[in-house]
Amino acid sequence: MHCCSHIILLFGQAICTVGDNCYRAVTFLKEGMLVWILFLLCQVGAPALAQDLCQRDAPNGYKVRISLKTALGEDAYEWNQSEMFFFQATMAFAMRRHFQMETYNVDNIILCVQTSRVSFWFVVTSPDNTTMLIPKADVEKAVRMSRHRINNAFLLSDRTLEFLGIYPTLAATVNPDTPPWLIVFGVVIGAVCAGIIALLVSSLLQKRRKEKGMTEDGQDEEDMQVKGVENGINLDGTYNRGFTDDDRFTKL
Amino acid sequence: MRLQLPNPGLEDRILSHEELDKLETEEAGRGDRPKWDNKTQYMLTCVGFCVGLGNVWRFPYLCQSHGGGAFMIPFLILLVLEGVPLLHLEFAIGQRLRKGSLGVWSTIHPYLAGVGIASMFVSLMISLYYNTIMAWVMWYLFNSFQETLPWSQCPLNYNLTGLVSECEQSSPVDYFWYRETLNTTPDIGANGGLQWWMVLCLVSAWAVLYICIIRGIETTGKAVYVTSTLPYVVLSIFLIRGLTLKGSLSGVVFLFTPNLTELTNPTTWLDAGAQVFYSFSIAFGGLISFSSYNSVHNNCEQDAVIISAVNGFTSVYAATVIYTIIGFRATERFDNCLGGNILALLNTFDLPEGNVTESNYDQVLQSLNGTYPEVIQGLNLKTCDLNTFLSEGVEGTGLAFIVFTEAITKMPASPVWSVLFFIMLFCLGLSSMFGNIEGVLVPLQDLGVFPKSWPKESTTGITCVLCCIVGLIFVQGSGNYWLSLFDSFAGSIPLLIIAFCEMVGVVYLYGIDRFNDDIEFMIGHKPNLFWQITWRFVSPAIMFVIFVFYFITKVQETPMYKAWNPESDNFPTLEEKEYPTWIFAIIFILAGIPGLSVPLTAIYKCLRNRCCKKDNEFKQDDLNTIAKQVQLTDEATKNKPDIPETADGR
Repeated sequence: MHCCSHIILLFGQAICTVGDNCYRAVTFLKEGMLVWILFLLCQVGAPALAQDLCQRDAPNGYKVRISLKTALGEDAYEWNQSEMFFFQATMAFAMRRHFQMETYNVDNIILCVQTSRVSFWFVVTSPDNTTMLIPKADVEKAVRMSRHRINNAFLLSDRTLEFLGIYPTLAATVNPDTPPWLIVFGVVIGAVCAGIIALLVSSLLQKRRKEKGMTEDGQDEEDMQVKGVENGINLDGTYNRGFTDDDRFTKL
Repeated sequence: MRLQLPNPGLEDRILSHEELDKLETEEAGRGDRPKWDNKTQYMLTCVGFCVGLGNVWRFPYLCQSHGGGAFMIPFLILLVLEGVPLLHLEFAIGQRLRKGSLGVWSTIHPYLAGVGIASMFVSLMISLYYNTIMAWVMWYLFNSFQETLPWSQCPLNYNLTGLVSECEQSSPVDYFWYRETLNTTPDIGANGGLQWWMVLCLVSAWAVLYICIIRGIETTGKAVYVTSTLPYVVLSIFLIRGLTLKGSLSGVVFLFTPNLTELTNPTTWLDAGAQVFYSFSIAFGGLISFSSYNSVHNNCEQDAVIISAVNGFTSVYAATVIYTIIGFRATERFDNCLGGNILALLNTFDLPEGNVTESNYDQVLQSLNGTYPEVIQGLNLKTCDLNTFLSEGVEGTGLAFIVFTEAITKMPASPVWSVLFFIMLFCLGLSSMFGNIEGVLVPLQDLGVFPKSWPKESTTGITCVLCCIVGLIFVQGSGNYWLSLFDSFAGSIPLLIIAFCEMVGVVYLYGIDRFNDDIEFMIGHKPNLFWQITWRFVSPAIMFVIFVFYFITKVQETPMYKAWNPESDNFPTLEEKEYPTWIFAIIFILAGIPGLSVPLTAIYKCLRNRCCKKDNEFKQDDLNTIAKQVQLTDEATKNKPDIPETADGR
C-alpha cells in the first residue's frame, strides 16, 4: 500500500506543477477521478508488482514443502490462510533474529504458488525498500539460525518442513569418553579371571588336602582298600596297592 | 559270509565283555576315567555339540534356496539314512572301546591311527577359526549395551559436514561390520595388522572357553546346563516377538512354500546330505570321547535317535524364527521403497498427501505415465517387489551380523533383542566348541604330548593359549578372508574322508559281527535290519557320492573370494577376486594334511613294522592300556602277595 500512496502523491505533485492557480477548481474533479483510477490500479498493480518479485523458481526465493499428514497423522491440522499468516510471522521473526537491527514485518514475506501438496514459494523484501529482495544467502542464514524454532512452531521436523536448498545441519553424535563396549568387556573379563583363579586355587587346595589326609590319617582309606572294601562293597581278594595311580608313590 | 578284512591281534587290544563289566564296578570307586554326573549332562553336551551356528545360519538359507518346504524331503531322508547311523556308530564304538578317537582307531587296527590323527587336525583347525566367530559375537554383544545401537546410524565424517562416505554408499550395518568390526583390507594379501579391539574379544572368547573346559567334563558338564538350553529359550522368545511384527508371516510362508521341481536337481540332494553330515559334527572325534565316559550299558541306540531328532527339529525351528524376522525386514524394506516412490510422485506433481497410497499406486503411476512420460522417466522410480527382498538369501556371518542386526534396529527396544540374539549365538557356538576342543585335547593326551603328571588345568590352559596365539591370524585386517578359506577347505573334504574311513574301519576291519555282539552286550538287543543295511552299504555309499561330487566341484572351479573394496566399481556389492597363487599351498595344508594323514600313517606304521620285524609289535605298543592294567590286577589278586605297609616306590 505504501507504493500506491507514493505514486498518487507524485502524480498529484506533477499535476499541480502544470497549472498553478487557474485550473485548480476545474481540474479538481479530474484529479479526484484520476486519483480514484490510480487507486484502483494500485490495488491491482501492487500485488502484480509483488508477484514479479515472488514467482516459481525466483532467484532469491525458496520453495517450502510441508507434509502435515506424515508428521502428525490423525492430529494434522488444516493448512489455511491463518497458517500461511503464521508462516509469514515466523519468517519475519527469523529475519529479525538474524539481522538484529532491522525490523521485518509480515508484509516483508511474500508467498506465492501455493499447491495442495502443501508447498509454496516465498521471497523476503527489505523493510526499507519493498522492491528490493533480500539475497538468498542471507535468508538461508536466517533460516538456519532459527530452524529449530520454526519447526517447533508448526509441530514439524526437518524432514516434514522442508526448505528446498537449505540442508538441515546434522546432529553431532555424543561420543562418550570410554566406549561402552570396553566397560562390558572389563566386567566379563574380570568375572572370568576371578572364576579361573577360584577354580585353580580350589583344585590346588583339594590336592593339598588330599595329600595331607593321606599322610596323617589316610591309612583308613588305604586300609579299606587293602581289605577289599570299595564304596561299601566287599570285593574278593586284596587290593594290590602296587598298581594304584597314587602320586605319593611316583614322587621322590 | 560277511566281508571281514584280516585283523590280527584285535582280541589283545580290546577289553572283553567280562573285563568291561569288572571295569564298570571298579571304576565306580576309583575315578580313573572322567564320568558324567548324570545322563542329562551327557545328552545336553551332545545336543550342544550337534546344534551349532550352522542350524541357525546355514539351514534356513539352504531351505529357502532349494525349494522351501520341498527341501525337508531330502533333508529328512538323508537324516535318517546318513545322520542317525553315523551317530549311532560313533556312540557305540566310543562306549565299547572306552577311549578317545585316537585310542579307538589305534585299537581297532594300528594302521588306522591316521584316522584319529586326521580327526585331531581337523578339530584343531576348526577350533582355531570357530572361536574367532565367537570373538565377533562377543564384540557385537559388548556393543549391544547402548541405547542407540552403533550399527543403526552412520557416523559423521571428520568435518561434521556429512556422513562418512563409505557408510553412505553402503549402509550403517555393512559399515559397522566391515569397517568398525573387521576393518577389512580389500585383498587377502594385505594383512592390515592386528585390530586391537578384536584381539581383546578373541582373548575373552578363549578365556570363557577355558573356564568352561578347565577340568574337562567336570566343568563342561555344569556349563552345558546353560549353554545348551538357553538357545531354545531365546528362539522361543524371538518366535513370539517375530510373529507379532508386521510381515513375519510372509517370511514364513516364503520359507516353506514347496517347489517340488527342486527335487530333481542333484545339487539339492547334495546340499542336503552335506548339511546333515556337517550339522551332526561327525568325524571330529568329540562324540566318540563323550560317549566313552558313559557307563557300558548306556542305551546308545536310543541316544542317537533322540539327538538326531532334536537336531532336525532345532534346524526347522530356527529356520522358522529366522524367517519371521527376515519377513519383517523384507516388508519394512518394501514399505520404504514404495514410500519413497510415492513421495517422489507427490513432490513432483504437488499432489496432496494421502492421494497416492499403496493400494492405488499402480493406477496413479499408469495414468501419470500416460500424461507425463518424460517426467516419470526422469524420476528413476525403483521397482519394489516383496519377493525380491525376501529372496535376498543370506547365509553365514552375513545373516547374523548384517541382515539380522538391521532387522533388530527396526524393532522397538532394540538393545534387548540384540543382547538376547548374541547371547544365543554365543551359547550355540560355545557348546560346539566344547566338542571341538575335546577332539583336540584327548588325542593330545593319548599321543603323550603332555606329561601325565601335569594336572588337567595346565594342559587345557596351554592348549587354549597356543590356539589363541595362532588364532591371531583371524583378527588381522584380512582375517575374514582367512576364516572363509579355513571354513571352505579345512572343514569339508577331510571330514568326508574320515567319516568314510570310520565306517569302513568299524564294519569291515573291526567286524560287523563283533560290533553287533558288542551292541547286544551293551544295550541288550542286537541292532535290527535298518542298522545293518545302513552301516554296511547305504551310509558309506552316500558318503562316497558326496565326497566325489564335492571333490570334483571344488577342483574344477577356480577358488574365488568376495572382498569388501570401497574403491571397486560395483561398491557396495562385494568384489569377486581370485586367490593369489601362494594360497594354494595353504589350501593343500588345510585339506591335504588331514586327508593324507590316513594313508601316510598307515604306510609309516607298516614300514616300521616290517623294518623292525617284531612279532609282538602290536602287543607291546599298548602296555599301558586299561586292558593290561585290569589283567595285571586280576593276576595279582589271585596270588595275594604280602604287601609291605610302607612302599619304597615302584
